[in-house]
Amino acid sequence: MGILSIFTLICLSVSFVVDKNKTLVGIREGLKLFLQILPALLNILILVSIFLFLLPKEVLIKWIGKDSGWLGVMIAAVLGSVSLIPGFIAYPLGAILLKSGVTYKVVAVFITTLMMVGVLTLPVEVKFFGIKVSILRNILSFIGALIIGLLIGLFL
Amino acid sequence: MKKAYLFLSEYLIVVLFSIFLSVSQVFDFKPGLSIYSNFWIFFTEMVTFLPLMFILIGLFDVWVPKEKIERHVGNESGIKGMFLVIILAMLQGGPLYGAFPVAYLLFKKGCSIRNIFVYLGAFSTLKIPMLTFEIGFLGLKFSLLRTIFTLPVFVIIGIIMEAYLKNKNFCVKDGTSQKGWQTL
Repeated sequence: MGILSIFTLICLSVSFVVDKNKTLVGIREGLKLFLQILPALLNILILVSIFLFLLPKEVLIKWIGKDSGWLGVMIAAVLGSVSLIPGFIAYPLGAILLKSGVTYKVVAVFITTLMMVGVLTLPVEVKFFGIKVSILRNILSFIGALIIGLLIGLFL
Repeated sequence: MKKAYLFLSEYLIVVLFSIFLSVSQVFDFKPGLSIYSNFWIFFTEMVTFLPLMFILIGLFDVWVPKEKIERHVGNESGIKGMFLVIILAMLQGGPLYGAFPVAYLLFKKGCSIRNIFVYLGAFSTLKIPMLTFEIGFLGLKFSLLRTIFTLPVFVIIGIIMEAYLKNKNFCVKDGTSQKGWQTL
């Protein structure tokens, strides 16, 4: 938190000194984007709060916690592949999961599949690349995302 | 009136949730209070973080000349071309399907098959605005590790795709094709 505030402050000051108007436009654009994303973010926070209450911690840990092994990894990979969650929301969600006892490995697999594999966006992708290429790209990305997630899990 | 309606539809769940919390508070409804404490912890953390991040993203947006770079990325091959498409991808924002039209542009400009898929890989995983978020919420170490492992993965995917598509008359379409699923 501290580092982020200082970093933002430095960027703002430098930007302001170089070009005042551009800086103001930037701040306005940024905050506008924030307000756009806010309802979706609040909804996710509410859903997660309720979900974490309904789902006992032991069950969550058993499914996607420390000892969940391959089950946790596969749950994360499938969820990540079929979800359409923007990063703005996925990262806070990942942080909450980590705090609730979910491992870095599972969070990493979820985040990487979420980013690289798009089952729901496949119809769009097909229009640009054709069906064979799109499916091949998604399969390769799925395998790649799993490898990345597992490697991260080895280090964290 | 219309504005109020729009606001209400966007914040419907939030409004309902607030009512639920107030009622829980009044009647000392234990599950409600427990959910509230979950929510409050998450909420306070996000609210301090997010505005700063979005200000950074806004500044990034006004200072980085994306269009200029896009014009320069094209048919350079080899490491330099790959480097350029990765940089270009890192400067973008938005979801993966926003990258497909750019991939089409790159293809039209003569970008190699490998670099088109490297672009898609970098776009989906290394966008700078998203990296700020990642570092903020999951930590610098996580972000660094993920970046280091991800780079070779999508370069390899690019190489595999190129090897597979080399003599197959592959082309990126402009996305307006009505035939999508039918072209099996």
